Amino acid sequence: MSNYALIVIIVVYLSVLFYIAFFAEKKRQSKWVNNPYVYTLSLAVYCSAWTYYGSIGIAANSGINFLTIYLGPVIAAPLWIVLLRKIIRISKQHKISSIADFISLRYGNHRFLGALVTLICLFGTLPYISLQLKAVSETFEIMADETSYTSTYVIDDSTFYVALLLAVFATFFGTQNTDASEKHKGIIATVAFESVLKLLFFLIIGVYITFYLFDGTTDIYNQISTSANFKELTTVNGLEGGFNWFFTTALSFIAIFLLPRQFQVSVLENNREKHLKKAIWLFPLYLLLFNVFVIFIAWAGKLTFDASVNAEYYTLLLPLKNGNSFLATLVFLGGFSAVISMVVVSTLALSTMVSNNLIIPYGFLDKFIKNLPERNSKYIKTIRRISIFTIIIAAYFFYVSFSKELSLYSIGLISFVIISQLAPSFFIGLYWNRGSSKAAIIGMVAGLAVTIYTLVVPFILKAYTGTDDFVQYGLFNISSLKPYALFGIDFLSPPMHAFFWSMSINGLCYLTFSLTSKGNYRERNYAEMFVDSKNFTTLQDSALVWKGEAYVADIKNVLIRFLGEYRANRALKIFFTKYKLSPDTQLADARLINFSEKLLTGSIGSASAKILIASVVKEEQISLVEVLKILEESKETIVSNKVLIEKSEELSQLTSKLKDANDELITKDKQKDDFLDTVAHELKTPITGIRAATELLMDDDDDMPNDIKNQFLTNILQDSDRLGRLINNILDFEKLETGRLNLTISQLDIQQTIKKAVASTQHIAAKKGIQINVKNVHRFKIKYDEDRILQVLYNLLSNAIKFCEPETGTIEIDYKLGSTVLEISVSDNGKGIPPEDIDYIFDKFYQSQHQNTIKPEGSGLGLAITKQIIEKHNGKIWADKARKKGAKLVFTLPFN
Amino acid sequence: MKHKILIVDDEPNIVMSLEYAFKKQDFEVFIARDGSEALEILKEQTPDIVLLDIMMPNVDGYQTLKHINNTSGLEASKVVFLTAKNKASDIEKGLKLGADKYVTKPFSVKKLVSEIMELLT
Repeated sequence: MSNYALIVIIVVYLSVLFYIAFFAEKKRQSKWVNNPYVYTLSLAVYCSAWTYYGSIGIAANSGINFLTIYLGPVIAAPLWIVLLRKIIRISKQHKISSIADFISLRYGNHRFLGALVTLICLFGTLPYISLQLKAVSETFEIMADETSYTSTYVIDDSTFYVALLLAVFATFFGTQNTDASEKHKGIIATVAFESVLKLLFFLIIGVYITFYLFDGTTDIYNQISTSANFKELTTVNGLEGGFNWFFTTALSFIAIFLLPRQFQVSVLENNREKHLKKAIWLFPLYLLLFNVFVIFIAWAGKLTFDASVNAEYYTLLLPLKNGNSFLATLVFLGGFSAVISMVVVSTLALSTMVSNNLIIPYGFLDKFIKNLPERNSKYIKTIRRISIFTIIIAAYFFYVSFSKELSLYSIGLISFVIISQLAPSFFIGLYWNRGSSKAAIIGMVAGLAVTIYTLVVPFILKAYTGTDDFVQYGLFNISSLKPYALFGIDFLSPPMHAFFWSMSINGLCYLTFSLTSKGNYRERNYAEMFVDSKNFTTLQDSALVWKGEAYVADIKNVLIRFLGEYRANRALKIFFTKYKLSPDTQLADARLINFSEKLLTGSIGSASAKILIASVVKEEQISLVEVLKILEESKETIVSNKVLIEKSEELSQLTSKLKDANDELITKDKQKDDFLDTVAHELKTPITGIRAATELLMDDDDDMPNDIKNQFLTNILQDSDRLGRLINNILDFEKLETGRLNLTISQLDIQQTIKKAVASTQHIAAKKGIQINVKNVHRFKIKYDEDRILQVLYNLLSNAIKFCEPETGTIEIDYKLGSTVLEISVSDNGKGIPPEDIDYIFDKFYQSQHQNTIKPEGSGLGLAITKQIIEKHNGKIWADKARKKGAKLVFTLPFN
Repeated sequence: MKHKILIVDDEPNIVMSLEYAFKKQDFEVFIARDGSEALEILKEQTPDIVLLDIMMPNVDGYQTLKHINNTSGLEASKVVFLTAKNKASDIEKGLKLGADKYVTKPFSVKKLVSEIMELLT
């Protein structure tokens, strides 16, 4: 097949992937993207080119050892329900974006630890990625039928362009969000799709080779069983082989959790915990299917080709040898898809770590603190994109310079061993809260050093010097320091030997230092949260997730700023007494910080309290995650403050309404009191008169002159009448006000009624020398209750008489017809109504509120009763405000 | 010498009874219908007793009392409030302002007269 045809196939395939990713991003909420099958298939990113090609190489050369790499995950799968679920929960709760984040957070958000984990992951994954590129390159060569061709220039090498394309893909779908804990649905969808493809194509080629090229499994078995090393290939090879089996299985058990790409798909991209339930049986099944034909393909290859052919590519070579280039292309695409998934997910995971745990905290943090949030997110994305490209290109150059010497299998194992250095602090730290950051760092560094000595150095030395001296004789010719046989342990394969020693030393360091050194409060807080993840929500509420140390004096200053000197001092005193601390304590501990935060929360809210307290702890120790968290939280605070302001405005409006209503109630209540007071007062006055006069008459020893006696009797009579009137008025008023008064309506002549009213007041007016004139003399018939209207007119007239000057006073009664009402007015030339009172004169006992200046000369109920009567007639009554001289009171009676 | 009494009230019937009762006890009686009239009288007279209603038009009882308190020459005059206001707070207010006695309406003329006599001895 030609180079160009292959490139076209690759480009078409990549565009299909682009389309799938694009579609999945667009339908983020769709069932197609969010289901347990997609989740399980995405886990199959575990099966990289190593599985696709490498397994067959091992099966051909060293027998069934290839299975160990899948045994670990199969053993791990049932544990996921407990272990992985816990990890997922913690990660979701803390918005964890990578395994470096996870481990550093467990140890109190330790910046250096995060960076160290990142470096280990980079170190472990870069060769692994380059091994994938190697697979692409070599299969490309086989397919393009240019077996002898090796590019000398990067520009000529198609692998380089493939690498670039992968970088573009990872960048495009991997960095759409600043928040790296966001799900990458597009990438996950393509990974799931490719997992189907690679399995399908692998099964097809397996069936083709086993049943088409050969006569089924028995045929292959029978043929191979005659070969020389058959027993070696099909058994575990004694105790030593058993150790190798055991360690490789353990290694792959660790890898399924800790490989950055596995952590990415199984933890970070998990959107429902229940998907795990399907994954625990479906994923092992997937692995089983993948391995069904491995051994037969390997044997078939061995039977077909001689030893000089690279066994890893039997799947390609067998169909090609038989002229089936279509099947070969399928196999090539399957392998290619395994590569893409692995490279894209790995670089995505690594770039997040590199940006969040390496570059930003060590170079850009100051800048981020000063910048606007929008600019920050742009920066972060740019850093991740550059990281993706750098990682892939670095992997490419690693491939160019090293990996041509090594098999897929060996590089894969080296990667696993390096990554496994995270295991003690990861797994033990999940269940043991004593594990400290110091111990984690020492363990990792020691384990890594051992790995480098026993695995990496020999590999590099061999690559450069081409000799085996170092391996043969050890460092300084000390035999117990032989890199492949430290302290005489020489029965393990080099990777397993490295794994054994590094893990022993790493774990030992971790346990020892954890027991001897205690982490600071931050670490212990997080340790509690991780270990006791069921209660960690409450723990998180009470724990102070802040970095660095703070001085009591600084915290006190902050407290004073918000609580005042007195309260701050008192609070601190209480705190010190409660925890039996010396008042001279200089360094604040978690409890004090927690306590202060709670104190401040009361006045300024929790987010601001955190920021404030943060301002007095050592700033350099704040990690990016926290800074972003603060930015995010303060944004939320601003939003919620806005809501709060709105709410409080609403509230104060409500309050003022309530206050008004309350005032009204109080006024009403006071009015009621006043009413009763006034009634009592009004009743007491005539009673006092009656009592005094009666007493004097009774005690009279016959020297009281007769005219005085008569006058007293007259007074008694007057006061009794007054009392009677008052009581009637009160009863009237009460009846009117409660609406129990019924009018006796009849068709009457208003002129007649007015005449009657004038007649009944004439004598009082005459006494004061006041004139009453009726201006209108036309008869007019209208419906009303005559007694009540007479009462109204009588009240108005007597009021007018009251306020008129004697002798000069004149009163006029007039009426005119409106369109729907009859308007009757009573006006006088008296002192008039003060403008400030004009609105209140119809209130009951209005006068009583102005008793200091105006002595009530009636019951104080007259106008109130008048108003009630008019309103009962559906009329209106008012005082004419325009009148300058004297008062004019007007009322209306509707025609109907 | 005859005791002098100033009766300040706007209810003529009550005033009439009081006037009769005190004249009988040989008081020289002055009558005012409200505070302002009382102040006019007090310019010329120094009564031993001022019987003072509280709720009156124009100048009320409280104002009249304050005026008496602030006028030199009237220090010896005893002020008795005679009012329908009988709430504890009213009584307290009246006494605080410097009234010598607080009598609530309706009252017994006989008792009032004997209390006034007591006040004068």
